[in-house]
Amino acid sequence: MTGIREPLLSISDLCVDYITDDGNARAVNKVNLDIYPGETVGLAGESGCGKSTLAFAIANLHNAPALISGGQINFQGQDVLTMSPEELRQFRWSKASMVFQSAMNSLNPVITIGDQLVDVVLAHETISIAEAEKRAIAMLDMVGIHASRMKSYPHQLSGGMRQRVVIAIALILRPKLIIMDEPTTALDVVVERDIMDQLYDLKEELGFAILFISHDLGLMGQITDRIGIMYAGKMVELGETEGIIANPQHPYTQGLLRSFPTIHGPKERLEGIPGHPLNLLDVPDGCYFQDRCSQCDTICIDMMPNIEVLKVPDERQVACHKVVQGEVL
Amino acid sequence: MNQLTEATMVEQVVTNETSSLSIEVDNLVIDFALDNALFKREYMRALNGVSFSIKAGEAMALVGESGSGKSTCARTLCRLYKPTDGVLKLNGRDLNSSTSKMSQAELAKQIQMIFQDPFGSLNPVHTIRHQMYRPISIHMPELKGEAIEDYMLSILERVGLSPAKQTADKFPHELSGGQRQRVAIARALATGAKFILADEPISMLDVSIRLGILNLMADMKEEGIGFLYITHDIATARYFAERTGVMYVGHMVEWGNSDSVTQNPQHPYTQLLISAVPEVGRKRGNATKDGKKSLIPLWKPESKGCPFAARCPKVTDQCHTEMPSVTQVAEDHFVRCFAL
Repeated sequence: MTGIREPLLSISDLCVDYITDDGNARAVNKVNLDIYPGETVGLAGESGCGKSTLAFAIANLHNAPALISGGQINFQGQDVLTMSPEELRQFRWSKASMVFQSAMNSLNPVITIGDQLVDVVLAHETISIAEAEKRAIAMLDMVGIHASRMKSYPHQLSGGMRQRVVIAIALILRPKLIIMDEPTTALDVVVERDIMDQLYDLKEELGFAILFISHDLGLMGQITDRIGIMYAGKMVELGETEGIIANPQHPYTQGLLRSFPTIHGPKERLEGIPGHPLNLLDVPDGCYFQDRCSQCDTICIDMMPNIEVLKVPDERQVACHKVVQGEVL
Repeated sequence: MNQLTEATMVEQVVTNETSSLSIEVDNLVIDFALDNALFKREYMRALNGVSFSIKAGEAMALVGESGSGKSTCARTLCRLYKPTDGVLKLNGRDLNSSTSKMSQAELAKQIQMIFQDPFGSLNPVHTIRHQMYRPISIHMPELKGEAIEDYMLSILERVGLSPAKQTADKFPHELSGGQRQRVAIARALATGAKFILADEPISMLDVSIRLGILNLMADMKEEGIGFLYITHDIATARYFAERTGVMYVGHMVEWGNSDSVTQNPQHPYTQLLISAVPEVGRKRGNATKDGKKSLIPLWKPESKGCPFAARCPKVTDQCHTEMPSVTQVAEDHFVRCFAL
């Protein structure tokens, strides 16, 4: 998917800190990521690896104690971090929208779903209520919900339908980018599959890009074009999905892929990744993954590895001394 | 696990009696009243003719979507619901017998439950020690003073919460989700229970922690504890449980050896469920399509036919009027479907 095209979103050297009484925890640490128009990029990692913090930063949604302490986020050439409040209000939702994990909590329980859709349209565009309603009905139809549901309250819908409504709200202004933070984690696999299929049909029709955040590498392997793997705020591996799934390079990526029992394939005892995620208030000098890595060496303890482009055909980027050394030799 | 050098009381009991321990569920039916009618009482049938058994040292997985009756099964086994029909037996003894009723304490000493949400299942204002002391003092009255402490520490070590002394002094909020779930398992083990009903025990935990909990339960299984493992993730059911039952709207539609059920699914619903599991390396779009979604019926006592008929790609007229009988397709693999 990458080419000479201009990226839709370009994140460079982004740092996000959480200011706590015990010190600053750097939840996103010098992350670089480009998203191109119409592309699906996945972000994976354990809880606390910074993937959701990164997503919040893209919409400049952080409040204290979180602080964007460095880097730039360019959306179609405009710096999101220096926008005025009014510019931000316009940018959010009409250019980049978000779908959060829990559909139950992101809908207002005392307003009908029709009104919630209409509200979004009227906040951004000067059209009549009747026209906004027409748009809302058309959008609901696109996500597979009948127009008669416009007058329903969120509690009258199933979890899967609520998630569809949230997706409809995210898409109604035709944004160029939709950020999805674990959109289907709370749902059944069958419902999840239906929603993802529908989302992809819409993507083909409307041509938006997706930043898809999940810890489910299986789902990600099926739907994304590229995957970024994060650990302790750092991007440790980034590359094309097929390459990463078939031939993971970073020991952490390899561990993550070993953490899922599969439905086919050999049945053997899996051990996953030993140890615990890093405490961000107490980070080592060298590689953040050193305590849990089976291939840890002196260089890993002394020096933080930078993310470097490998020579393998898919332009994989990996932040690991051992992998980069292996390349050279 | 390396903490198993100290033989705990649980293990001793298990080795003595392993052969005769079992849970048997035979033709279980549960109706719930729907309160929408004033004069005419209406019921929904949450479970219809469900049968399975769990032996000590074995795990039975129940798989299905939300509302399929998996948790109702577990709750009925804890006697939280009274069966409308059918027999539940624990070690050969009828759980709901009107003549020689087992006391709740007796039952709780045999069967314990662990729940999905480790954040909600521990009391936030008490230390882990306090929460562990309660089941021990109730179910192990023969233990006194120091012996309780030693027993508690050995159980905490056993579930991988070492150093146990420090963990015992902590409050739930000081532990991670995985550690809390281990405390929940420790509480269940502390009673000396031989059967643990685990209701989605890993679905709220982080990726890297899930395997740890599953492997811990697998170790418990080796030591003779029987598990009812409730999940919507059929891949972990295959990983952890010897036998798997697939549930749909209160009916068990396919059951048997986990490998046989997952590798050679016969029922259209199991096939749909397995094709929907996202798997590393499989591309989007080659899964079985389910064109008729959101047609999950509300099952009533008077409902007829196969519950999956409304969504089934292989549906015939017979499916709407008659419940399919059980067909044995392999040594330990049974299916309820006409279209075999």
